[in-house]
Amino acid sequence: MDILNALVALLNFVVIPATAYGAQLALGALGVTLIYGILRFSNFAHGDTMAFGTAMTILVTWALQAAGITLGPLPTALLALPFAIALTAGLVLATDRVVYDYYRRVRAAPVILVMVSVGVMFVMNGLTRFVIGVDEINFADGARFVISARGFREATGLAEPLTLRSSQLITLITAALVVWALFWFLGRTRTGKSMRAFSDNEDLALLSGINPNRVVAVTWIIAAALATTAGTLYGLDKSFKAFNYFQLLLPIFAAAVVGGLGSPVGAIAGGFVIAFSEVGVTYAWKKVAGYLIPAWQPEGLLQLLSTEYKFAVSFAILIIVLLFKPTGLFKGKAV
Amino acid sequence: MKKLLLATAATALVAGAAQAEDVKLGVLLGFTGPLESMSPSMAAGAEMAMKEVTDSGKFMGGSAVVPVRGDTTCIDAAAATATAERLITADGVKGIVGGMCSGETTASLQNVAMPNGIVMISPSATSPALSTIEDNGLFFRTSPSDARQGVVMTEIIMEHGIKEVAVTYTNNDYGKGLADSFQAAFEAAGGKVTINAAHDDGKADYAAEVGALASAGGQALVIAGYVDQGGSGILRGALDSGAFETFVFPDGMVGGALETNFGAELTGSFGQIPSSEGEGKDKFLELATAAGFDGTGVYSAEAYDAAALIMLAMASAGSTDAAAYKEKIMDVANAPGEPILPGELGKALELIAAGTDVDYVGATSVELIGSGESAGTFREIEFKDGKIETVRYR
Repeated sequence: MDILNALVALLNFVVIPATAYGAQLALGALGVTLIYGILRFSNFAHGDTMAFGTAMTILVTWALQAAGITLGPLPTALLALPFAIALTAGLVLATDRVVYDYYRRVRAAPVILVMVSVGVMFVMNGLTRFVIGVDEINFADGARFVISARGFREATGLAEPLTLRSSQLITLITAALVVWALFWFLGRTRTGKSMRAFSDNEDLALLSGINPNRVVAVTWIIAAALATTAGTLYGLDKSFKAFNYFQLLLPIFAAAVVGGLGSPVGAIAGGFVIAFSEVGVTYAWKKVAGYLIPAWQPEGLLQLLSTEYKFAVSFAILIIVLLFKPTGLFKGKAV
Repeated sequence: MKKLLLATAATALVAGAAQAEDVKLGVLLGFTGPLESMSPSMAAGAEMAMKEVTDSGKFMGGSAVVPVRGDTTCIDAAAATATAERLITADGVKGIVGGMCSGETTASLQNVAMPNGIVMISPSATSPALSTIEDNGLFFRTSPSDARQGVVMTEIIMEHGIKEVAVTYTNNDYGKGLADSFQAAFEAAGGKVTINAAHDDGKADYAAEVGALASAGGQALVIAGYVDQGGSGILRGALDSGAFETFVFPDGMVGGALETNFGAELTGSFGQIPSSEGEGKDKFLELATAAGFDGTGVYSAEAYDAAALIMLAMASAGSTDAAAYKEKIMDVANAPGEPILPGELGKALELIAAGTDVDYVGATSVELIGSGESAGTFREIEFKDGKIETVRYR
């Protein structure tokens, strides 16, 4: 029983939340890594693209709810997602036409494109707040729990509760589907292959007749889809607040760099590495240890680092990886 | 350019001549920044007291009291210091109602008010550090220190039969000060704090914090944070994961957002906020409604009292010089004397002129203790059926 209790405590407070958070980071990092791999710059506007996409999801969700359309136990936001992706894709394509296109034509250095993306970030920042405001918005509807704390305790008789929110389950399933679809697209379709070719060697790809404008447009559309999906899942799991998406940019970049910028597999692995290290290293093991070794009731919390340091943990990992493996865990492009 | 300068100088002279009798008071609050929604009703409270005194015509031989507003931004100490400097040296204020937030107040007190010898009465800075700060007798506040809130919170928790709590606080002067003073009070009363952990506002994920708090355990979780910031994130995580069922909310967490976002899930949780009731408060609310602003705004009544105290002390000392009237503030605020409620400032000025002692009660039952801060009454609240209900005042 005690071993079960320890396992449940660990699942409830470390494994489940970190997995859901990791999936959200992984989707965000995929978008960053894709832009880096194909368009060759770090897109600092990605966090705010996520915020804009989520804002669109919320608006469409409200419209659907007003029309009386819901998904039953599932959140209505899932139904609104395709519309939001279309709107967000429209915005990033317009941004590309107005802003980035010029810098590509003059063959600007990557660092200039990064600075340009910072400018775009501030514009999107303002745009999102203008459209939906600065307040916290909760737009999750449908069933909240798959397994609730009280229900689990009553069903199993264990002292420790286990919860699984529907938003966490939806996050994992959607993330898995999106990743599968992305890999299928990149590996099996003609457009996907041309994108990889463009990423590997731009000049050779151009010589073999690949249309660069098409590759760029498709990349932006996929990045917008990833950003909107990641943002919506994050918003469903926590809540929407424009400012928080800006904060999300840091762990997302950490995930992409740890995994190897430009490598899709790396982005996914990086997302989970960052999430698990943030939650795991600062976890207080007192309770788990108490269950596993009943004779020993520790006085302290058995906490490696206090929770204030959780960001330090992800950045320490980042630095270690960059020192010993500058291309990241999965051989991305050198930064 | 020369003409313009001349014209400006002439206007200034004329204006100065016309208002030679005026006494200026600074209203130094965070009109922009994180608490910008609170400051308008606070400023309105302070300015209402000034208008009342001016209208009575009995202040310093019929002088008018003119408010001068200044913005502290609440978080930028340099900006607050610069504003205080302007109020004192350029506008020539004789006293200041402010600052608003603890950190910024400390900065303008030490860098500007003390060197210039100007009295500051803050309606809302509650950090315990301000109780012991070296202030040359120039600093007072009409709100209670968070050290006091720590003691009150301890009493309430103990009365609920809870002996073991986990504490999380927002990582700033307010949160840390409150959490530490609570821990000291709670442990002195025989309770046990299992963990006292910080959380940062506006972060992406609070799973790590909730995990650590849950592992440390306790019968209840004290959240010394902000309801529209990380405090709600922690609360959401702790509720969903079943880590805690009972929560204790200090002043920063008690707000309408708790009812709308959590509602019935919080049944059985409780908390407290600095607040007062009684004849003085009712009168103040009446006056505020008549003046066209919302008197129930947080710290609005405290601002009224702060302004009133400065002016009554000036009248009592017969001087607008801070060095003279700073000694009188405790006298007019505390017994013995004729009790003075809001709306009776004219009467108070008459009594003072006649040589009678006054005891300013005001909107918040002012009673200054220690180095000149409000003893403070707190409203104990409890969640019943998803609504915040007042249990009693203590």
